[in-house]
Amino acid sequence: MIELNHITKVFNRGKVNEVAALNDVSLRIAPGEFVVLVGANGSGKTTLLNIISGAALPSKGTVRLHGEEVTRLPEYKRSRWVARVFQDPLGGTAPELSILDNFRLAALRTQRKKLKIGIDEAFKVAVRERIARLGLGLEDKLQQPMGTLSGGQRQALTLLMSVMDHTDILLLDEPTAALDPKSAEVVMETAESLIRQYNLTTVLITHNMRETQRFGSRLIQMAQGRVARDLDRDAKEKLRLEEMYEWFG
Amino acid sequence: MIFYLTALIQGLCLSAMGLGIFITMKIFRIPDITTDGSYTLGAAVTAVLLMQGWPLLPVIGLTIVMGALAGVMTGLVHTRLKVDALLAGILVMTGLYSVNLTLLGRSNIPLINIDTIFSALALFERQIYNELWVGLLFLGILSALLAYMLRTDFGIAMRATGNSESMTRAMGINNDRMKIIGLAIANALTALSGFLVAQYQHFTDINMGIGIVLVGLGSVLIGDALISWLGIRHIWLQLLFVLAGCILFQMILAVALSLGVNPNMLKLITSVFVLAIVGIPRLARRKQL
Repeated sequence: MIELNHITKVFNRGKVNEVAALNDVSLRIAPGEFVVLVGANGSGKTTLLNIISGAALPSKGTVRLHGEEVTRLPEYKRSRWVARVFQDPLGGTAPELSILDNFRLAALRTQRKKLKIGIDEAFKVAVRERIARLGLGLEDKLQQPMGTLSGGQRQALTLLMSVMDHTDILLLDEPTAALDPKSAEVVMETAESLIRQYNLTTVLITHNMRETQRFGSRLIQMAQGRVARDLDRDAKEKLRLEEMYEWFG
Repeated sequence: MIFYLTALIQGLCLSAMGLGIFITMKIFRIPDITTDGSYTLGAAVTAVLLMQGWPLLPVIGLTIVMGALAGVMTGLVHTRLKVDALLAGILVMTGLYSVNLTLLGRSNIPLINIDTIFSALALFERQIYNELWVGLLFLGILSALLAYMLRTDFGIAMRATGNSESMTRAMGINNDRMKIIGLAIANALTALSGFLVAQYQHFTDINMGIGIVLVGLGSVLIGDALISWLGIRHIWLQLLFVLAGCILFQMILAVALSLGVNPNMLKLITSVFVLAIVGIPRLARRKQL
């Protein structure tokens, strides 16, 4: 459960470039709900995601995750509940570390990183099996540095990494924006299957209207730092592509 | 032969500092200049305690703690006060000059007729072989410990922190705390180099750390060039090449001296040499473009 109560976020307060990115936004996202967030550039979508993940702290208002007040809790502590896939495929992984090292960190997201060698044969087998399910042929390249993979491969692996440890909330910040159509398809199919399998509460930011139609159980449109439209599954399914385009003028 | 053996031992003594600079520069990508101060701090603590008759084990322990504290200070200034890492290092290094001078009580302390780690662990009749074996033993232990640590879950988290901060934050890692720990380990290692060098050269001098960061930097850059050239990924092999870089650097300086270069010019040669290591690959890349 994600609860945002009267969230306001102002950047550069008191300066000439002061911007109110979010303006008194209140939202309740139920457990297992899959929310698709759309809006023009600068409408506050990513700021909203940052407020949920803890990457940004609100100027006003409160944030609760699973009933717990987390408004001032830093991002690394919120990772107990929240996994995130960044728009930039480089952002969600450590490029110089091997695929295996990246997965080891992901497997310990909610745990202490101890002074013991945790990558054993059993762990390698488990990672290999999971990666094999993607069908990208990466299961035999576990020692390869993450930075040598394509953007699509990295995003698919980042998604897989997000469920290596206990996860309640998955934040997808335009995960396919930097990908070619085929890679984007693989990434979104992987995301959908994992969300269903682990019953994740999900927020997806996208500019792709077809993704908006195809995925999610709720659609929220942001405009000028506010929630402009909030449509449930029925209303979302009735929505035509042309109508959505009209939202952006 | 003895001349080059001396350079080899000097390289071994400075290798701990090389490992420390590898942590800050290559793992965390932090330009840490605390090194100049923490190296002398290690030597100063060693000299003062040995002169007071302390046994070697507590001296090593206290040297590590003091070096680590210097690193923690730089880490706190950098992460808590959001001061640029370079400036934070300069501030702590400058402050350490007074701390070291206060510890020493004068500008230098000779360590004559005192049991050193080299005499305590002596196996051979000739002193130089004892210095060589103790240097190798010391470095063997330090490298093994560091290689093990960097392969643990904590070590992976540490390596990831310097690689992608957005990723590590999302993976539940407190980047600031990790940087402070990294700087503490790096400066503890540097202080251990001070511990070894003070006993090897039988004195501690307040100015012995001036410009030493450049020696460490040059050594790591040589090691890094070899690592990139050979495409080495295993962390323990990378550490081995950093150690090789430290020894190679001292060897090159020794060759310069043997060719009759004025010792007063040694710092200038060090600077020019490091500049060459940094500059030549860049010029070569520009030519390729």
